Amino acid sequence: MEQREFSGASFYQFLGEGKLMASRCKKCGTLYLPPKPLCTRCYSNEMEWAQMKGKGKLAAFTTIAVAPTLMMEEGYGRDNPYCTGVVELEEGPKISARILGVDAKKPEEIEVGTPLTVEFVERGEGEQKKTFLAFRA
Amino acid sequence: MIKKARKLGRGVAIVGAGMSKFGTFRGMSGRDLVVEAFKEMRASVDKGFDPNDIEALYVGNLSSDLFEGQAHTAPIIADWLGMIPKPATRIEDACASSGVALREGIIAIASGLYDIVLVAGVEKMTDLPTERVTDTLAAAADAIYELPAGFTFPGLYAAIATAHMKKYGTKIEHFMKVAIKNHDNGALNPKAQFNSSIRDIMASRMKKAEERGQPVPAWRDEMDFLNDPQANPIIAWPMRLFDCSPITDGAACILLAAEEIAKNFTDNPIYIIGAGQASDVALHQREDLTSITAAKVAAQQAYEMAGVKPQDIQIAEVHDCFTIAEIVATEDLGFFNPGEAPKAVEDGIMARDGAKPINTSGGLKSKGHPVGASGAGQVVEIWSQMRGEAGARQVRGKDITLALTHNVGATGGTCVVHIYERR
Repeated sequence: MEQREFSGASFYQFLGEGKLMASRCKKCGTLYLPPKPLCTRCYSNEMEWAQMKGKGKLAAFTTIAVAPTLMMEEGYGRDNPYCTGVVELEEGPKISARILGVDAKKPEEIEVGTPLTVEFVERGEGEQKKTFLAFRA
Repeated sequence: MIKKARKLGRGVAIVGAGMSKFGTFRGMSGRDLVVEAFKEMRASVDKGFDPNDIEALYVGNLSSDLFEGQAHTAPIIADWLGMIPKPATRIEDACASSGVALREGIIAIASGLYDIVLVAGVEKMTDLPTERVTDTLAAAADAIYELPAGFTFPGLYAAIATAHMKKYGTKIEHFMKVAIKNHDNGALNPKAQFNSSIRDIMASRMKKAEERGQPVPAWRDEMDFLNDPQANPIIAWPMRLFDCSPITDGAACILLAAEEIAKNFTDNPIYIIGAGQASDVALHQREDLTSITAAKVAAQQAYEMAGVKPQDIQIAEVHDCFTIAEIVATEDLGFFNPGEAPKAVEDGIMARDGAKPINTSGGLKSKGHPVGASGAGQVVEIWSQMRGEAGARQVRGKDITLALTHNVGATGGTCVVHIYERR
């Protein structure tokens, strides 16, 4: 795996390439998602990138009606709620992500434990293009 | 790892406490609110004191920068209180800012550096439109990994709620009962932003509809009202409007003194016998999403220092920024076993006349949540209750000698716990 800084910028760059990447300590094997540049377990500086399979399950969620600016700009809000949650990956770590393929207007029907598969949501054009992490039920 | 029993270098006592009214105050800036709290604190010092004797100021504040366009707020507040050139320090730990400011004040006196310290907490939130307040508060989450997922603060606590519901079978009705209880308390607190019970609110809505010639809603009871999506809309499911603390302006001030001089100020000081603070990772990095580890660790430190157990605590003000947060808090503090707080709410144990009164002030839910002032505001309630000065909401039938405050930053990235004793 190529050497990129173990940073948020690299994490999002990888998402843009369709990869969900964690960092792993070469010495003790601890996996970090979000990726950390330093192993805070054994304090080794020797880290490597590790690609996640992108399979997991829903650990906790919410459907949001009062949206932040970021989501309002995408057309979400009171009449168009969206689902977001914490996803537990097969590899162990958890991560915050948008949850697709569920009906955000029927939150009672969304279940913790639902199996999920990673998806990469692209917003904006050209220089403005950003990729967000999502999982689909 | 080095483990040691922590203790204060010398005793510290609260000798005065006061707060501004919590609410929406157009035309008042953060510094004005602190002055209001200071005046009440000064009046609360039984034997009086010379403000010139204060040696240092610690101010808890989350974001005067974004809320008021004012960074570096501590020296300005010091000036407005006549404290120049004394050292003034701002503490930012999200909504735990003034709980941590209190801790820093305690540590400063315990170290021997100062004898008299002023702790303040302040937030002026209502100058911004709601959306920008939401964004400003959200900035206390992980901006790189939580916010791009679309999380808001109500959303993060809502996620904790779904995990709690799944693991323990907690129901939405349990959350609603927390809101009803805290509004019942807030109705008796003249400083509260929502100085009204849910029943009062229902009655006033019905009256308004009648006056306007609109169909008058017929809610059977409080639960029926809270289940009405028109009256109580979803903010971030399962958190609805009445599960969320409001956007609030407010300030609180606490005067601390070294134990050996406390009686110069009052014959009835409140001693701080336990103090704990801990940190935690972002929500998604936690092993267990149904509790806040920082709260458990901070509580453990405070109990150990004080030499008391959770069951010894007679009353507590806990950080109920959302109704689920009060459930999680009372479990983390060891008042109830994990998963058993919902039943305790249902059984009225946390009510003012219950076995373990929680948030007699109305909590952040009803009293209001000026984020940087909330931790100090909790202490004002404990001060009043322990001295028997809480008026209509005074806990009856208990001689309160042991109390606790629990103040959380964001989703538990910071938690600070203090234990108080009246001798």
